[in-house]
Amino acid sequence: MTTTLTAKTTAISTRTTPVTAKWRSGLLYASVVAVVACCLAPFYWMLVSSLRRTSDIFDTSLVPSPVSFENYRAVFDPAQGFGRALLNSLVVAGVTTVLALVLATFTAYAMARLEFRGKRLILTLVIATSMFPVVSIVVPLLKLFTDVGWINTYQALIVPSMSFALPLAVWNLTTFFRQMPDELEHAAMVDGCTRGQAFRKVIIPLAAPGIFTTAIITFIAAWNEFLIALSMTNKPDMQTAPVAISKFTGATTYETPFGSQMAAGVLVTVPLVVMVLLFQRRIVAGLTAGAAK
Amino acid sequence: MTKTEIPPGVDAGPSREPVTRRRLAGKPARATAGSGRLAALLVSPTLLVLSIVVIYPTLMALKESLYGPKGLDPATGFISDTEPFVALKNYADIFGAAGERFWNAFWNTTFFTVVTVGLETVIGVAMALIMHKAFRGRGFVRAGILIPWAVPTAISGLLWRWIFNSDGVANALIGHQILWTTEGFHAKVAVIVAEVWKTAPFIGLLVLAGLQVIPKEVYEAARLDGARPPRQFWHITLPLVKPALLVAVLFRCMDALRMFDLPYILVGAQKHSVETLSMLAQNEASNVRFGPASAYAVLLFLYVFLIALAFVRLLGADLVGEGAARRRKKAGRRRMEVTA
Repeated sequence: MTTTLTAKTTAISTRTTPVTAKWRSGLLYASVVAVVACCLAPFYWMLVSSLRRTSDIFDTSLVPSPVSFENYRAVFDPAQGFGRALLNSLVVAGVTTVLALVLATFTAYAMARLEFRGKRLILTLVIATSMFPVVSIVVPLLKLFTDVGWINTYQALIVPSMSFALPLAVWNLTTFFRQMPDELEHAAMVDGCTRGQAFRKVIIPLAAPGIFTTAIITFIAAWNEFLIALSMTNKPDMQTAPVAISKFTGATTYETPFGSQMAAGVLVTVPLVVMVLLFQRRIVAGLTAGAAK
Repeated sequence: MTKTEIPPGVDAGPSREPVTRRRLAGKPARATAGSGRLAALLVSPTLLVLSIVVIYPTLMALKESLYGPKGLDPATGFISDTEPFVALKNYADIFGAAGERFWNAFWNTTFFTVVTVGLETVIGVAMALIMHKAFRGRGFVRAGILIPWAVPTAISGLLWRWIFNSDGVANALIGHQILWTTEGFHAKVAVIVAEVWKTAPFIGLLVLAGLQVIPKEVYEAARLDGARPPRQFWHITLPLVKPALLVAVLFRCMDALRMFDLPYILVGAQKHSVETLSMLAQNEASNVRFGPASAYAVLLFLYVFLIALAFVRLLGADLVGEGAARRRKKAGRRRMEVTA
């Protein structure tokens, strides 16, 4: 049985001559390169534009000549307040990530390991919240925060961000904890650990890579947030980087400062791109854990 | 406690207990009392936070949508501090006075969702098939297609606005002068292009993960039966990848329905041809017209909810993944690594 099968397969696969096979793989790699090029071209354009002089910003050559850092100097002009905006983004995204991770680790552990009533309901609720239109929570929270004088504060940016960061973290960590074998804690508990100790001493260290992956994904989501940051701030000092960049003003009122916007865009994106390049394997595993069942 | 004990093994499905109680307490059913208490302890902080940041604002929005704007009272000439109760007037206006702007935003939102998700699905599946075939340089490809996902939407809005500038590279490439970022159908096209660029690779990634868990033997068998690649695609690949694809499409739909950053930055606020429901609600709220803003937000929420429900009911998207998880547990907890 097995032998005939193998024989048949070889017969079929040898039907394509080496030459066509070569062509085929050539075509395949060409299309792979095309896919990657399509994904990277606009980003490359941002990079190139940021390195042009203001005088030749409308140039459409593929390489900037001469290379100029004028736009980057313009971005850090104190009048733009970009440094402060970066700091705000870092504080908001950082605190959101840490809070979401701490809460989500406990919840995800319970979701993956413990049997209790209403578990399915809670999981559905968590997923439902992650699909929520952010604007329908921003409107009432904006009114509430206006009343209590929270507009232009960090908490007004962090609290609403939990609405998407927490479900994301719970969801990611739950799929991650489910992949870890039960035997680990059982062994620890047989050795005399309580459940809490087993969790702290065995599960957390082993889950560290998953927690780290979740942290990156949550941080990127929080860092990219725009609607909440736009609605909850009106003072330039409290704007996050995406909002600040979108409000950059040029030398004259009628001119959009594309050069400095692109430079600032590069600066905001580069940390994320570096993370993606370093941890792409992990990030993909984290992102696809829910989808590929 | 007068609660009836549920025998072990019975799923805590539809019980007559009030929903809130079950949700908050997470009472033990089949596990030991200790693990139930532990679960309640571990889960309650998350539920508390979600109640504060999601459930409470939703209820507030519902209430707020029944109130009118505070401000100058035409009768007295004084500024009133309280908002007048106007019952369903905000909703009624949608079919009357404020209707035109609402329905425009509604159709824009729907149009963007249908077109972008449609294109993203087709392009994403094509990308996944290409990536699945390529064995070398997979890490490189993965990193490349993750970049659009990692670029903040606000920044990609600016980037595409620059590309679609009247003197920008898009016009230089097509050799035509089109004012992409002004009102009109071309503004819609600009938003769609930018959105598809950002998210098609992401769908591709999810579909690729789905493709990688399909056992090779299935294709081998089909090939032996004489099925050509297109047939293999329709009858094997698509059905097997459907659960992953369905979840990806559902999440993309939900995301597209609440689209805000991209049209807001790429074209601008209050632009008729690209204004979405989120933009409309945000615009009203930022002008301190909380009543109408809430009404729009509530309607968007209902719209999103109905679409999600349709996905789960009609198409059978398995969101929670519990069914799959249980099956997996039975199958000896073996899970294919999708990272290879």
